[in-house]
Amino acid sequence: MAVTVTAEGGPAEQARPLPDVPGPRSWTRAFDDLSQGWRQRSLWGYLGWQDIKQRYRRSVLGPLWISISMAVIATAMGILYGALFNEDIKTFLPYVATGLLIWNFIQGCILEGSEVFIANEGLIRFLPAPLSLHVYRLVWRQVLFFAHNVIVWVILMIIFPHPLGWMSLMALPAFAVLVLNGGWITILSGILATRFRDIPPIVASLTQLVFFMTPIVWSYDRLQENPAVAERARIAELNPVLHFIEILREPMLGDAITWRHWIVVGVITVVGWAVALVCMRNYRARVAYWV
Amino acid sequence: MTDPTIDIRDARVDFPIFDAKSRSLKKAVLGKAGGRIGTESKVPIIEALRDINLSLRKGARVALVGHNGAGKSTLLRLMSGIYEPTRGQAVVQGKVAPVFDLAVGMDPEITGLDNILIRGLFLGMTKKQMESRVDDIAAFTELGDYLDMPLRTYSTGMRVRLALGVVTSIDPEILLLDEGIGAVDAQFLAKARDRLNELVERSGILVFASHSDEFLADLCDTAIWMEHGTIREHGPLREVLHHYKGHDVLAELERR
Repeated sequence: MAVTVTAEGGPAEQARPLPDVPGPRSWTRAFDDLSQGWRQRSLWGYLGWQDIKQRYRRSVLGPLWISISMAVIATAMGILYGALFNEDIKTFLPYVATGLLIWNFIQGCILEGSEVFIANEGLIRFLPAPLSLHVYRLVWRQVLFFAHNVIVWVILMIIFPHPLGWMSLMALPAFAVLVLNGGWITILSGILATRFRDIPPIVASLTQLVFFMTPIVWSYDRLQENPAVAERARIAELNPVLHFIEILREPMLGDAITWRHWIVVGVITVVGWAVALVCMRNYRARVAYWV
Repeated sequence: MTDPTIDIRDARVDFPIFDAKSRSLKKAVLGKAGGRIGTESKVPIIEALRDINLSLRKGARVALVGHNGAGKSTLLRLMSGIYEPTRGQAVVQGKVAPVFDLAVGMDPEITGLDNILIRGLFLGMTKKQMESRVDDIAAFTELGDYLDMPLRTYSTGMRVRLALGVVTSIDPEILLLDEGIGAVDAQFLAKARDRLNELVERSGILVFASHSDEFLADLCDTAIWMEHGTIREHGPLREVLHHYKGHDVLAELERR
Protein backbone atom coordinates (compact mmCIF):
# COMPACT_ATOMS: atom_id res chain seq x y z
CA MET A 1 0.00 0.00 0.00
CA ALA A 2 1.42 3.33 -0.97
CA VAL A 3 1.67 5.87 1.75
CA THR A 4 1.93 9.40 0.50
CA VAL A 5 3.43 12.13 2.58
CA THR A 6 4.54 15.62 1.75
CA ALA A 7 8.03 16.90 2.20
CA GLU A 8 7.23 17.89 5.76
CA GLY A 9 6.27 14.33 6.55
CA GLY A 10 2.58 15.02 7.03
CA PRO A 11 -0.20 13.34 5.05
CA ALA A 12 -0.73 14.60 1.52
CA GLU A 13 -3.77 16.55 0.52
CA GLN A 14 -5.01 13.93 -1.89
CA ALA A 15 -8.04 15.96 -2.84
CA ARG A 16 -6.02 18.80 -4.33
CA PRO A 17 -6.36 18.45 -8.09
CA LEU A 18 -3.26 18.24 -10.23
CA PRO A 19 -2.55 21.18 -12.47
CA ASP A 20 -4.30 20.63 -15.74
CA VAL A 21 -1.59 19.50 -18.09
CA PRO A 22 -2.02 18.09 -21.57
CA GLY A 23 -1.53 14.35 -21.77
CA PRO A 24 1.30 12.61 -23.55
CA ARG A 25 -0.75 12.30 -26.73
CA SER A 26 -1.64 15.89 -27.38
CA TRP A 27 -0.86 18.42 -30.05
CA THR A 28 0.33 20.87 -27.41
CA ARG A 29 3.05 18.49 -26.26
CA ALA A 30 4.08 17.67 -29.81
CA PHE A 31 4.44 21.34 -30.78
CA ASP A 32 6.10 22.12 -27.44
CA ASP A 33 8.68 19.50 -28.25
CA LEU A 34 9.39 21.09 -31.62
CA SER A 35 9.62 24.63 -30.29
CA GLN A 36 11.63 23.67 -27.22
CA GLY A 37 14.09 21.83 -29.42
CA TRP A 38 14.33 24.84 -31.66
CA ARG A 39 15.13 27.05 -28.69
CA GLN A 40 18.09 24.84 -27.87
CA ARG A 41 19.75 25.62 -31.18
CA SER A 42 23.03 26.58 -29.61
CA LEU A 43 23.18 22.98 -28.36
CA TRP A 44 22.35 21.15 -31.57
CA GLY A 45 24.31 23.69 -33.54
CA TYR A 46 27.34 22.82 -31.48
CA LEU A 47 26.69 19.08 -31.53
CA GLY A 48 26.24 19.10 -35.30
CA TRP A 49 29.65 20.70 -35.77
CA GLN A 50 31.10 18.31 -33.26
CA ASP A 51 29.74 15.35 -35.26
CA ILE A 52 31.61 16.51 -38.33
CA LYS A 53 34.83 17.30 -36.51
CA GLN A 54 34.59 13.98 -34.72
CA ARG A 55 34.51 12.06 -37.97
CA TYR A 56 37.73 13.63 -39.15
CA ARG A 57 39.49 13.94 -35.84
CA ARG A 58 43.28 13.70 -36.04
CA SER A 59 43.23 13.68 -39.83
CA VAL A 60 45.35 16.37 -41.41
CA LEU A 61 42.82 17.72 -43.89
CA GLY A 62 39.89 17.31 -41.52
CA PRO A 63 36.43 18.10 -42.87
CA LEU A 64 38.02 19.04 -46.19
CA TRP A 65 37.85 15.31 -46.89
CA ILE A 66 34.10 15.69 -47.36
CA SER A 67 34.66 17.99 -50.31
CA ILE A 68 37.53 15.94 -51.68
CA SER A 69 35.70 12.62 -51.67
CA MET A 70 32.70 14.27 -53.24
CA ALA A 71 34.91 15.78 -55.97
CA VAL A 72 36.58 12.44 -56.68
CA ILE A 73 33.28 10.56 -56.98
CA ALA A 74 31.66 13.25 -59.10
CA THR A 75 34.63 13.42 -61.47
CA ALA A 76 34.90 9.66 -61.85
CA MET A 77 31.18 9.19 -62.40
CA GLY A 78 30.97 12.20 -64.66
CA ILE A 79 33.73 10.91 -66.90
CA LEU A 80 32.52 7.30 -66.89
CA TYR A 81 28.83 7.94 -67.51
CA GLY A 82 29.63 10.86 -69.79
CA ALA A 83 31.52 8.42 -72.02
CA LEU A 84 28.77 5.79 -71.75
CA PHE A 85 26.00 8.17 -72.74
CA ASN A 86 28.15 10.12 -75.15
CA GLU A 87 27.73 13.41 -73.32
CA ASP A 88 29.77 16.59 -73.51
CA ILE A 89 32.01 16.64 -70.46
CA LYS A 90 31.74 20.44 -70.14
CA THR A 91 28.09 20.23 -69.25
CA PHE A 92 27.87 16.68 -68.00
CA LEU A 93 30.49 16.89 -65.27
CA PRO A 94 28.82 19.87 -63.52
CA TYR A 95 25.47 18.13 -64.06
CA VAL A 96 26.61 14.97 -62.28
CA ALA A 97 28.38 16.89 -59.51
CA THR A 98 25.37 19.10 -58.78
CA GLY A 99 22.99 16.15 -58.82
CA LEU A 100 25.27 14.20 -56.53
CA LEU A 101 25.59 17.16 -54.18
CA ILE A 102 21.83 17.38 -53.77
CA TRP A 103 21.45 13.63 -53.63
CA ASN A 104 23.98 13.39 -50.81
CA PHE A 105 21.87 15.75 -48.75
CA ILE A 106 18.65 13.85 -49.40
CA GLN A 107 20.29 10.50 -48.83
CA GLY A 108 21.84 11.70 -45.58
CA CYS A 109 18.45 12.80 -44.26
CA ILE A 110 16.81 9.51 -45.22
CA LEU A 111 19.55 7.09 -44.16
CA GLU A 112 20.66 8.76 -40.97
CA GLY A 113 17.10 9.88 -40.27
CA SER A 114 15.93 6.32 -39.81
CA GLU A 115 18.65 5.79 -37.21
CA VAL A 116 18.26 9.12 -35.46
CA PHE A 117 16.68 7.92 -32.23
CA ILE A 118 18.37 4.53 -32.22
CA ALA A 119 21.78 6.18 -32.47
CA ASN A 120 20.94 8.61 -29.66
CA GLU A 121 19.57 5.88 -27.41
CA GLY A 122 21.82 6.81 -24.51
CA LEU A 123 20.95 10.48 -24.59
CA ILE A 124 17.24 9.77 -24.85
CA ARG A 125 17.25 7.38 -21.93
CA PHE A 126 19.42 9.39 -19.60
CA LEU A 127 18.98 13.07 -20.32
CA PRO A 128 15.61 14.73 -20.52
CA ALA A 129 15.54 16.66 -23.78
CA PRO A 130 13.00 17.24 -26.51
CA LEU A 131 13.03 14.56 -29.20
CA SER A 132 13.19 17.20 -31.90
CA LEU A 133 16.64 18.18 -30.63
CA HIS A 134 18.08 15.06 -32.27
CA VAL A 135 16.17 15.80 -35.47
CA TYR A 136 17.46 19.35 -35.69
CA ARG A 137 20.98 18.17 -34.97
CA LEU A 138 20.84 15.63 -37.77
CA VAL A 139 19.40 17.97 -40.38
CA TRP A 140 21.90 20.65 -39.36
CA ARG A 141 24.73 18.16 -39.80
CA GLN A 142 23.47 17.41 -43.32
CA VAL A 143 23.34 21.13 -44.06
CA LEU A 144 26.97 21.41 -42.97
CA PHE A 145 27.94 18.50 -45.21
CA PHE A 146 26.14 20.22 -48.03
CA ALA A 147 28.01 23.43 -47.36
CA HIS A 148 31.29 21.56 -47.64
CA ASN A 149 30.25 19.94 -50.88
CA VAL A 150 29.12 23.20 -52.42
CA ILE A 151 32.80 24.09 -52.76
CA VAL A 152 33.04 21.45 -55.48
CA TRP A 153 30.14 23.06 -57.33
CA VAL A 154 31.76 26.50 -57.07
CA ILE A 155 35.03 25.18 -58.52
CA LEU A 156 33.20 23.48 -61.38
CA MET A 157 31.25 26.65 -62.14
CA ILE A 158 34.57 28.48 -62.46
CA ILE A 159 36.10 25.85 -64.74
CA PHE A 160 32.95 25.32 -66.84
CA PRO A 161 31.02 28.62 -66.78
CA HIS A 162 27.24 28.26 -66.83
CA PRO A 163 24.63 30.93 -67.66
CA LEU A 164 23.82 31.72 -64.04
CA GLY A 165 21.40 34.63 -63.71
CA TRP A 166 18.94 36.10 -61.27
CA MET A 167 16.82 33.00 -61.51
CA SER A 168 19.70 31.08 -60.00
CA LEU A 169 18.78 32.71 -56.71
CA MET A 170 15.84 30.32 -56.71
CA ALA A 171 18.39 27.85 -55.42
CA LEU A 172 18.08 29.44 -51.98
CA PRO A 173 14.35 28.83 -51.44
CA ALA A 174 14.80 25.44 -53.11
CA PHE A 175 17.42 24.46 -50.57
CA ALA A 176 15.24 25.79 -47.76
CA VAL A 177 12.43 23.53 -48.96
CA LEU A 178 14.84 20.60 -49.05
CA VAL A 179 15.88 21.27 -45.45
CA LEU A 180 12.23 21.54 -44.42
CA ASN A 181 11.59 18.14 -45.95
CA GLY A 182 14.63 16.70 -44.21
CA GLY A 183 12.81 17.52 -40.97
CA TRP A 184 9.69 15.48 -41.58
CA ILE A 185 11.57 12.60 -43.17
CA THR A 186 13.77 12.33 -40.10
CA ILE A 187 10.88 12.49 -37.64
CA LEU A 188 8.76 9.98 -39.50
CA SER A 189 11.40 7.42 -40.40
CA GLY A 190 13.10 7.91 -37.04
CA ILE A 191 9.98 7.06 -35.04
CA LEU A 192 8.96 4.16 -37.30
CA ALA A 193 12.45 2.68 -37.33
CA THR A 194 12.73 2.86 -33.56
CA ARG A 195 9.61 0.75 -33.26
CA PHE A 196 10.31 -1.57 -36.17
CA ARG A 197 13.98 -2.35 -36.41
CA ASP A 198 13.68 -3.81 -39.90
CA ILE A 199 13.12 -0.39 -41.35
CA PRO A 200 16.74 0.86 -41.43
CA PRO A 201 17.95 -1.99 -43.68
CA ILE A 202 14.87 -1.64 -45.90
CA VAL A 203 15.48 2.07 -46.19
CA ALA A 204 19.16 1.50 -46.92
CA SER A 205 18.50 -0.79 -49.87
CA LEU A 206 15.67 1.36 -51.17
CA THR A 207 17.79 4.50 -51.27
CA GLN A 208 20.41 2.63 -53.26
CA LEU A 209 17.75 1.69 -55.77
CA VAL A 210 16.35 5.21 -55.88
CA PHE A 211 19.81 6.58 -56.65
CA PHE A 212 19.85 4.71 -59.94
CA MET A 213 16.22 5.55 -60.68
CA THR A 214 16.93 9.25 -60.31
CA PRO A 215 18.55 11.24 -63.11
CA ILE A 216 21.82 11.98 -61.39
CA VAL A 217 24.40 10.08 -63.41
CA TRP A 218 22.13 9.99 -66.43
CA SER A 219 20.20 12.73 -68.12
CA TYR A 220 16.44 12.66 -68.25
CA ASP A 221 16.28 14.97 -71.27
CA ARG A 222 18.62 12.75 -73.24
CA LEU A 223 16.33 9.75 -72.74
CA GLN A 224 13.33 11.70 -73.96
CA GLU A 225 15.10 12.61 -77.17
CA ASN A 226 15.34 8.93 -77.95
CA PRO A 227 11.89 7.83 -79.20
CA ALA A 228 12.62 4.19 -78.36
CA VAL A 229 12.77 4.84 -74.62
CA ALA A 230 10.94 8.16 -74.27
CA GLU A 231 7.77 6.44 -73.17
CA ARG A 232 9.49 4.49 -70.43
CA ALA A 233 11.50 7.50 -69.33
CA ARG A 234 8.28 9.14 -68.21
CA ILE A 235 8.13 6.58 -65.40
CA ALA A 236 11.04 8.44 -63.81
CA GLU A 237 8.61 11.27 -63.08
CA LEU A 238 6.88 9.00 -60.58
CA ASN A 239 10.01 9.09 -58.49
CA PRO A 240 9.47 11.88 -55.95
CA VAL A 241 13.21 12.38 -55.42
CA LEU A 242 13.52 13.55 -59.03
CA HIS A 243 11.44 16.62 -58.27
CA PHE A 244 13.51 17.46 -55.21
CA ILE A 245 16.70 17.19 -57.21
CA GLU A 246 15.31 19.29 -60.06
CA ILE A 247 14.06 22.26 -58.03
CA LEU A 248 17.58 22.84 -56.80
CA ARG A 249 19.63 21.61 -59.75
CA GLU A 250 17.86 23.76 -62.34
CA PRO A 251 18.77 27.10 -60.72
CA MET A 252 22.23 25.87 -59.78
CA LEU A 253 23.03 25.05 -63.39
CA GLY A 254 21.28 28.13 -64.77
CA ASP A 255 18.54 26.09 -66.47
CA ALA A 256 14.97 27.29 -66.90
CA ILE A 257 12.79 26.57 -63.91
CA THR A 258 10.09 23.96 -64.35
CA TRP A 259 7.23 24.87 -62.00
CA ARG A 260 5.75 21.39 -62.21
CA HIS A 261 8.56 20.17 -59.95
CA TRP A 262 7.82 22.89 -57.41
CA ILE A 263 4.16 21.92 -57.24
CA VAL A 264 4.97 18.26 -56.64
CA VAL A 265 7.50 19.17 -53.98
CA GLY A 266 5.04 21.56 -52.33
CA VAL A 267 2.40 18.86 -52.04
CA ILE A 268 4.89 16.34 -50.67
CA THR A 269 6.12 18.86 -48.11
CA VAL A 270 2.64 19.55 -46.77
CA VAL A 271 1.53 15.92 -46.73
CA GLY A 272 4.84 14.75 -45.28
CA TRP A 273 4.74 17.21 -42.43
CA ALA A 274 1.11 16.41 -41.69
CA VAL A 275 1.90 12.70 -41.37
CA ALA A 276 5.05 13.36 -39.35
CA LEU A 277 3.16 15.62 -36.94
CA VAL A 278 0.47 13.03 -36.37
CA CYS A 279 3.22 10.50 -35.71
CA MET A 280 4.92 12.93 -33.37
CA ARG A 281 1.71 13.53 -31.47
CA ASN A 282 0.89 9.87 -31.01
CA TYR A 283 4.28 8.28 -30.48
CA ARG A 284 6.58 11.03 -29.18
CA ALA A 285 6.25 9.82 -25.59
CA ARG A 286 6.77 6.19 -26.62
CA VAL A 287 10.17 6.64 -28.22
CA ALA A 288 11.91 6.64 -24.82
CA TYR A 289 10.29 3.26 -24.15
CA TRP A 290 11.23 1.83 -27.53
CA VAL A 291 14.88 2.77 -27.85
CA MET B 1 9.56 31.99 -9.77
CA THR B 2 7.16 29.37 -8.50
CA ASP B 3 8.38 26.69 -6.18
CA PRO B 4 9.33 23.38 -7.75
CA THR B 5 6.84 20.58 -7.35
CA ILE B 6 6.61 16.94 -8.25
CA ASP B 7 3.15 15.42 -8.37
CA ILE B 8 2.63 11.87 -9.45
CA ARG B 9 -0.83 10.38 -9.43
CA ASP B 10 -1.64 6.71 -10.03
CA ALA B 11 1.25 6.49 -12.43
CA ARG B 12 2.53 3.34 -13.99
CA VAL B 13 5.40 2.65 -16.32
CA ASP B 14 5.18 -0.42 -18.52
CA PHE B 15 7.97 -1.41 -20.81
CA PRO B 16 7.10 -3.36 -23.88
CA ILE B 17 9.77 -5.95 -24.46
CA PHE B 18 10.19 -6.47 -28.14
CA ASP B 19 12.36 -9.43 -28.89
CA ALA B 20 13.96 -9.46 -32.31
CA LYS B 21 10.88 -11.12 -33.78
CA SER B 22 8.07 -9.03 -32.42
CA ARG B 23 9.93 -5.81 -33.09
CA SER B 24 9.96 -6.62 -36.78
CA LEU B 25 7.55 -5.46 -39.41
CA LYS B 26 6.87 -9.01 -40.49
CA LYS B 27 4.80 -9.83 -37.46
CA ALA B 28 2.80 -6.62 -37.51
CA VAL B 29 2.05 -6.94 -41.20
CA LEU B 30 1.33 -10.65 -41.20
CA GLY B 31 -0.65 -10.33 -38.01
CA LYS B 32 -2.92 -7.78 -39.61
CA ALA B 33 -3.37 -9.85 -42.74
CA GLY B 34 -4.37 -12.85 -40.69
CA GLY B 35 -7.23 -10.91 -39.19
CA ARG B 36 -5.86 -11.05 -35.68
CA ILE B 37 -5.83 -8.20 -33.27
CA GLY B 38 -2.64 -6.12 -33.22
CA THR B 39 0.59 -7.70 -32.13
CA GLU B 40 0.80 -5.00 -29.49
CA SER B 41 -1.06 -7.08 -26.93
CA LYS B 42 1.19 -10.05 -27.52
CA VAL B 43 4.29 -8.11 -26.62
CA PRO B 44 5.41 -9.06 -23.14
CA ILE B 45 5.37 -6.15 -20.77
CA ILE B 46 7.50 -5.38 -17.76
CA GLU B 47 5.64 -3.42 -15.16
CA ALA B 48 8.51 -1.30 -13.97
CA LEU B 49 6.36 0.98 -11.84
CA ARG B 50 2.74 0.84 -10.76
CA ASP B 51 0.41 2.69 -8.42
CA ILE B 52 2.86 5.47 -7.83
CA ASN B 53 1.38 8.32 -5.80
CA LEU B 54 3.77 10.96 -4.76
CA SER B 55 3.78 14.62 -3.93
CA LEU B 56 7.04 16.45 -3.29
CA ARG B 57 7.36 20.10 -2.41
CA LYS B 58 10.18 22.57 -2.02
CA GLY B 59 12.70 21.48 0.58
CA ALA B 60 12.09 17.77 0.15
CA ARG B 61 15.21 15.65 0.46
CA VAL B 62 14.19 12.19 -0.39
CA ALA B 63 16.23 9.05 -0.25
CA LEU B 64 15.27 6.26 -2.62
CA VAL B 65 16.06 2.85 -1.23
CA GLY B 66 15.25 -0.63 -2.39
CA HIS B 67 16.82 -3.70 -3.90
CA ASN B 68 18.28 -3.80 -7.39
CA GLY B 69 15.51 -3.69 -9.92
CA ALA B 70 12.98 -2.33 -7.46
CA GLY B 71 12.30 0.63 -9.72
CA LYS B 72 14.46 3.35 -8.18
CA SER B 73 16.08 4.44 -11.40
CA THR B 74 12.84 4.22 -13.33
CA LEU B 75 11.13 6.41 -10.74
CA LEU B 76 13.94 8.94 -11.06
CA ARG B 77 13.54 8.95 -14.81
CA LEU B 78 9.81 9.36 -14.45
CA MET B 79 10.48 12.42 -12.29
CA SER B 80 12.91 13.81 -14.82
CA GLY B 81 10.36 13.56 -17.61
CA ILE B 82 12.33 11.07 -19.67
CA TYR B 83 9.51 8.55 -19.30
CA GLU B 84 5.99 9.80 -19.45
CA PRO B 85 3.74 7.49 -17.46
CA THR B 86 1.91 4.80 -19.42
CA ARG B 87 -1.09 5.51 -17.23
CA GLY B 88 -1.79 8.15 -14.63
CA GLN B 89 -0.11 11.50 -14.42
CA ALA B 90 3.25 12.88 -13.57
CA VAL B 91 3.52 16.63 -13.30
CA VAL B 92 6.95 18.05 -12.62
CA GLN B 93 7.44 21.78 -12.41
CA GLY B 94 10.86 23.31 -12.05
CA LYS B 95 14.26 23.03 -13.60
CA VAL B 96 15.37 19.42 -13.43
CA ALA B 97 19.01 18.40 -13.24
CA PRO B 98 19.57 14.67 -13.41
CA VAL B 99 22.83 12.86 -12.74
CA PHE B 100 22.14 9.37 -13.98
CA ASP B 101 24.58 7.61 -16.20
CA LEU B 102 27.82 9.51 -16.11
CA ALA B 103 29.05 8.27 -19.46
CA VAL B 104 26.02 9.53 -21.34
CA GLY B 105 26.05 12.97 -22.87
CA MET B 106 29.77 13.14 -22.42
CA ASP B 107 32.01 12.92 -25.40
CA PRO B 108 35.28 11.16 -24.58
CA GLU B 109 37.09 12.80 -27.47
CA ILE B 110 36.55 16.42 -26.50
CA THR B 111 37.99 18.31 -23.57
CA GLY B 112 36.52 18.54 -20.10
CA LEU B 113 35.67 22.18 -20.69
CA ASP B 114 33.70 21.39 -23.82
CA ASN B 115 31.91 18.64 -21.98
CA ILE B 116 30.95 21.08 -19.25
CA LEU B 117 29.48 23.32 -21.92
CA ILE B 118 27.51 20.51 -23.58
CA ARG B 119 26.16 19.23 -20.28
CA GLY B 120 25.05 22.71 -19.34
CA LEU B 121 23.36 23.24 -22.69
CA PHE B 122 21.55 19.94 -22.31
CA LEU B 123 20.27 21.09 -18.95
CA GLY B 124 18.76 24.16 -20.54
CA MET B 125 21.50 26.73 -19.98
CA THR B 126 22.71 29.14 -22.62
CA LYS B 127 26.28 29.28 -23.84
CA LYS B 128 26.86 32.62 -22.11
CA GLN B 129 25.50 31.39 -18.80
CA MET B 130 27.80 28.38 -18.96
CA GLU B 131 30.83 30.46 -19.84
CA SER B 132 30.30 32.60 -16.77
CA ARG B 133 30.14 29.49 -14.61
CA VAL B 134 33.15 27.68 -15.95
CA ASP B 135 35.57 29.17 -13.44
CA ASP B 136 33.31 28.23 -10.59
CA ILE B 137 33.03 24.67 -11.88
CA ALA B 138 36.76 24.44 -12.44
CA ALA B 139 37.39 25.56 -8.87
CA PHE B 140 34.85 23.17 -7.44
CA THR B 141 36.01 20.12 -9.38
CA GLU B 142 39.67 20.88 -8.65
CA LEU B 143 40.52 19.44 -12.05
CA GLY B 144 42.72 22.40 -13.02
CA ASP B 145 44.68 21.92 -16.22
CA TYR B 146 43.01 18.58 -16.75
CA LEU B 147 39.97 20.42 -18.04
CA ASP B 148 41.87 21.05 -21.27
CA MET B 149 42.49 17.35 -21.77
CA PRO B 150 40.13 15.05 -23.67
CA LEU B 151 37.65 13.35 -21.39
CA ARG B 152 38.93 9.88 -22.26
CA THR B 153 41.97 10.56 -20.10
CA TYR B 154 39.77 11.03 -17.02
CA SER B 155 39.24 8.49 -14.27
CA THR B 156 35.71 7.60 -13.17
CA GLY B 157 36.04 9.76 -10.09
CA MET B 158 37.11 12.71 -12.17
CA ARG B 159 34.08 12.29 -14.39
CA VAL B 160 31.82 12.25 -11.36
CA ARG B 161 33.44 15.48 -10.22
CA LEU B 162 32.77 17.06 -13.55
CA ALA B 163 29.13 15.96 -13.67
CA LEU B 164 28.48 17.08 -10.12
CA GLY B 165 30.24 20.35 -10.77
CA VAL B 166 27.95 21.10 -13.67
CA VAL B 167 24.63 20.17 -12.07
CA THR B 168 25.38 21.98 -8.85
CA SER B 169 26.47 25.14 -10.62
CA ILE B 170 23.37 25.70 -12.71
CA ASP B 171 20.98 26.35 -9.80
CA PRO B 172 18.64 23.47 -10.50
CA GLU B 173 15.38 23.32 -8.64
CA ILE B 174 15.01 19.58 -8.77
CA LEU B 175 18.13 17.51 -8.40
CA LEU B 176 17.89 13.82 -9.20
CA LEU B 177 20.90 11.69 -8.33
CA ASP B 178 21.26 8.06 -9.14
CA GLU B 179 23.77 5.83 -7.39
CA GLY B 180 27.23 5.78 -8.80
CA ILE B 181 28.47 9.08 -7.50
CA GLY B 182 30.27 7.13 -4.80
CA ALA B 183 33.33 6.86 -7.02
CA VAL B 184 34.89 10.05 -5.70
CA ASP B 185 37.26 10.29 -2.76
CA ALA B 186 36.12 11.11 0.76
CA GLN B 187 37.42 14.65 0.75
CA PHE B 188 35.57 15.60 -2.39
CA LEU B 189 32.51 13.79 -1.16
CA ALA B 190 32.35 16.05 1.89
CA LYS B 191 32.69 19.08 -0.33
CA ALA B 192 29.98 17.86 -2.69
CA ARG B 193 27.73 17.15 0.26
CA ASP B 194 28.02 20.72 1.51
CA ARG B 195 27.27 22.06 -1.89
CA LEU B 196 24.28 19.79 -2.38
CA ASN B 197 22.92 20.71 1.03
CA GLU B 198 23.33 24.36 0.27
CA LEU B 199 21.54 23.89 -3.00
CA VAL B 200 18.56 22.09 -1.51
CA GLU B 201 18.24 24.73 1.17
CA ARG B 202 18.25 27.54 -1.34
CA SER B 203 15.59 26.17 -3.58
CA GLY B 204 14.55 22.78 -4.42
CA ILE B 205 13.94 19.15 -4.19
CA LEU B 206 16.55 16.44 -3.97
CA VAL B 207 15.86 12.83 -4.78
CA PHE B 208 18.78 10.53 -4.27
CA ALA B 209 18.95 6.81 -4.97
CA SER B 210 21.81 5.14 -3.17
CA HIS B 211 22.88 2.11 -1.20
CA SER B 212 25.17 4.15 1.00
CA ASP B 213 23.42 4.76 4.32
CA GLU B 214 26.00 7.29 5.33
CA PHE B 215 25.48 9.44 2.30
CA LEU B 216 21.70 9.17 2.57
CA ALA B 217 21.80 10.17 6.23
CA ASP B 218 23.80 13.24 5.35
CA LEU B 219 21.64 14.48 2.53
CA CYS B 220 18.10 13.29 3.10
CA ASP B 221 15.43 13.54 5.74
CA THR B 222 12.69 11.45 4.20
CA ALA B 223 12.84 8.21 2.31
CA ILE B 224 10.92 6.15 -0.18
CA TRP B 225 11.28 2.39 -0.06
CA MET B 226 10.68 0.88 -3.45
CA GLU B 227 9.76 -2.74 -3.88
CA HIS B 228 8.67 -4.55 -7.05
CA GLY B 229 7.87 -1.29 -8.77
CA THR B 230 5.65 0.11 -6.05
CA ILE B 231 6.21 2.44 -3.14
CA ARG B 232 6.35 0.18 -0.13
CA GLU B 233 6.83 2.94 2.36
CA HIS B 234 7.30 6.68 2.32
CA GLY B 235 8.13 8.55 5.49
CA PRO B 236 10.91 9.88 7.68
CA LEU B 237 14.32 8.56 6.71
CA ARG B 238 15.03 6.88 10.02
CA GLU B 239 11.84 4.86 10.09
CA VAL B 240 11.96 3.78 6.49
CA LEU B 241 15.60 2.77 6.66
CA HIS B 242 14.88 0.88 9.86
CA HIS B 243 12.07 -1.08 8.23
CA TYR B 244 14.01 -1.64 5.04
CA LYS B 245 17.18 -2.90 6.71
CA GLY B 246 15.51 -4.45 9.70
CA HIS B 247 17.62 -2.54 12.19
CA ASP B 248 18.04 1.08 13.15
CA VAL B 249 20.78 2.07 10.74
CA LEU B 250 20.91 5.74 11.62
CA ALA B 251 21.33 5.07 15.32
CA GLU B 252 24.24 2.78 14.53
CA LEU B 253 25.80 5.42 12.33
CA GLU B 254 25.52 7.97 15.14
CA ARG B 255 27.09 5.61 17.62
CA ARG B 256 30.18 5.29 15.46
